Amino acid sequence: MHRRISEYIIESLIRLSGFLVIAFVFLIFLFLLRDSLSLFKEYKIGEFLFGRNWLPISEPPKFGIVPLFLGSIYVTAGAIVICVPVGIAAAMFIAEVAPTFLKNILKSLIEILAAIPSVVLGFIGIVWLSPYLKQTMGLSTGMCGLTGSLLLAFMALPTIISISEDALVGVPRAYKEAAFGLGATRWQALWRIVLPAASPGIIAGVMLGIGRVIGETMVVMMVTGNSPVVPTSILQPLRTLTATIAGEMGETVSGSEHYFALFAVGLVLFIITFIINFIADSCLRRARK
Amino acid sequence: MTTARMREKIAFFVLGLITLLVVIPILMIIFYIVKNSIGSISWEFITQSPRNGMKEGGIFPAIVGTIVLIIGTMLFSLPLGVLSAVYLVEYARDNFFTRLIKLSVVNLSGIPSIVYGLFGFTLFVLFLKLGTSILAGSLTLAIMSLPVIITATKEALESVPLSFREISLSLGATKWQTVRYCVLPYAIPGILTGTVLSLSRAAGETAPILFTVAAFYLPRLPRSLFDQVMALPYHLYVISTQVPNIPVSISFATCFVLIGLVFLMNLVSIILRSHYRKKKLW
Repeated sequence: MHRRISEYIIESLIRLSGFLVIAFVFLIFLFLLRDSLSLFKEYKIGEFLFGRNWLPISEPPKFGIVPLFLGSIYVTAGAIVICVPVGIAAAMFIAEVAPTFLKNILKSLIEILAAIPSVVLGFIGIVWLSPYLKQTMGLSTGMCGLTGSLLLAFMALPTIISISEDALVGVPRAYKEAAFGLGATRWQALWRIVLPAASPGIIAGVMLGIGRVIGETMVVMMVTGNSPVVPTSILQPLRTLTATIAGEMGETVSGSEHYFALFAVGLVLFIITFIINFIADSCLRRARK
Repeated sequence: MTTARMREKIAFFVLGLITLLVVIPILMIIFYIVKNSIGSISWEFITQSPRNGMKEGGIFPAIVGTIVLIIGTMLFSLPLGVLSAVYLVEYARDNFFTRLIKLSVVNLSGIPSIVYGLFGFTLFVLFLKLGTSILAGSLTLAIMSLPVIITATKEALESVPLSFREISLSLGATKWQTVRYCVLPYAIPGILTGTVLSLSRAAGETAPILFTVAAFYLPRLPRSLFDQVMALPYHLYVISTQVPNIPVSISFATCFVLIGLVFLMNLVSIILRSHYRKKKLW
């Protein structure tokens, strides 16, 4: 009888844990929604979504998310242009070209990159990359979108490389052998057969990488110059959604309009990453079939 | 045919060059940090408190703070993560509830760290009235670490052969006894590896602790779970951007200690993995 009871308790705990995981996602969404709605009682949702000015401490304050949203888009687009081709090429090299000993070294180096905390990369951006870019490109300031894009591209590489490499290695050997049998070179087999066959997995890796870039906070807060204006070029200072929350939260009074506006920004981020991860997950599931 | 061979050579060469483009900056960053910090790392730096507005002295409180946060995070996330993975692998049927859990895990892993910070602030700091405290920070980091621990545990449990469970059940063991004595012990290496890895991420995170636990300058050790603490990543952020005229050597040395801690944890996870792989029984 004693055993029955303890068994019942432990099984309930196990079920409860599973339930809690769902509960956390709902709680995060609910708390963000609750505080965002408090903003929209007093501030029009249209002006929030389409306003071109983010002036939280002016009189009256303006909470237009467009400059921040565009800031995130600029930095993310810059990072994607760099990290997607580089990441896929490196994955192809590691999966199909490199001999085993080199493959192991490269994989450990990628793991090391994945382990570097973002605040460290931000620091490197401040002391080294941004002065370097300022000098070599003749910019008025090195604290700009491009510095952020470069560092974020670097941060997204481990995700893209490791997932793409898994996808490439997971393509059935028979595909390649059939191509070789028809006289294809290793490159032709890789480019025409293996790469297309691995594409759902590669797309998933790219999506997860993009999700990571959009959600990254410390690097962009430290190196992109923190200027919440509508950006016109990646070479000028700008401000992303994430950096706005991190930079302004400490100065707000909880319960103020500004405070609620930051939660609304958080909700927008939550929804964006939710969609990206959903797409990535369905790609991964398709890849597994 | 010869043009095809030539093309292959060129293509592989280009792929190799691009890979080099990824690898060289990694080595350069590590080298750059080590070179600039090696002179300022000393016993005093690691064991003393910051002095004179953080311009002198060491980073001992920040090291202690980060270690306390790692332990706190582990205490919350390890049991919760392992139990929910056990539910997913051993108990769950393929129904709506199970699919919802899996979707939630995917989503948790994608939520930006700053959104965790916001959430931790409203739920733990304000709503549950824990205040800016070790407790609030650990709980926030724990929720953020869950997806990695769940995924690692799930993989570890799934790799235990089905026959282990069948034999145990056929001998009259209950479901939980089977899991406890015939499945979990063999999954421990995978669980540990995943846990250490996720904790090393948590140790380096700044955004989730910004509003939940991190103290700007607090040169003493925490006395209770409701105290604020300094933490290494936040300290690095503070001294490199928020306070003017901090000697750059102190920033580099802090950077070195943070990276050292994170790499050490990664190394532990790699050693655990290879150690248990050698002892694998099936």
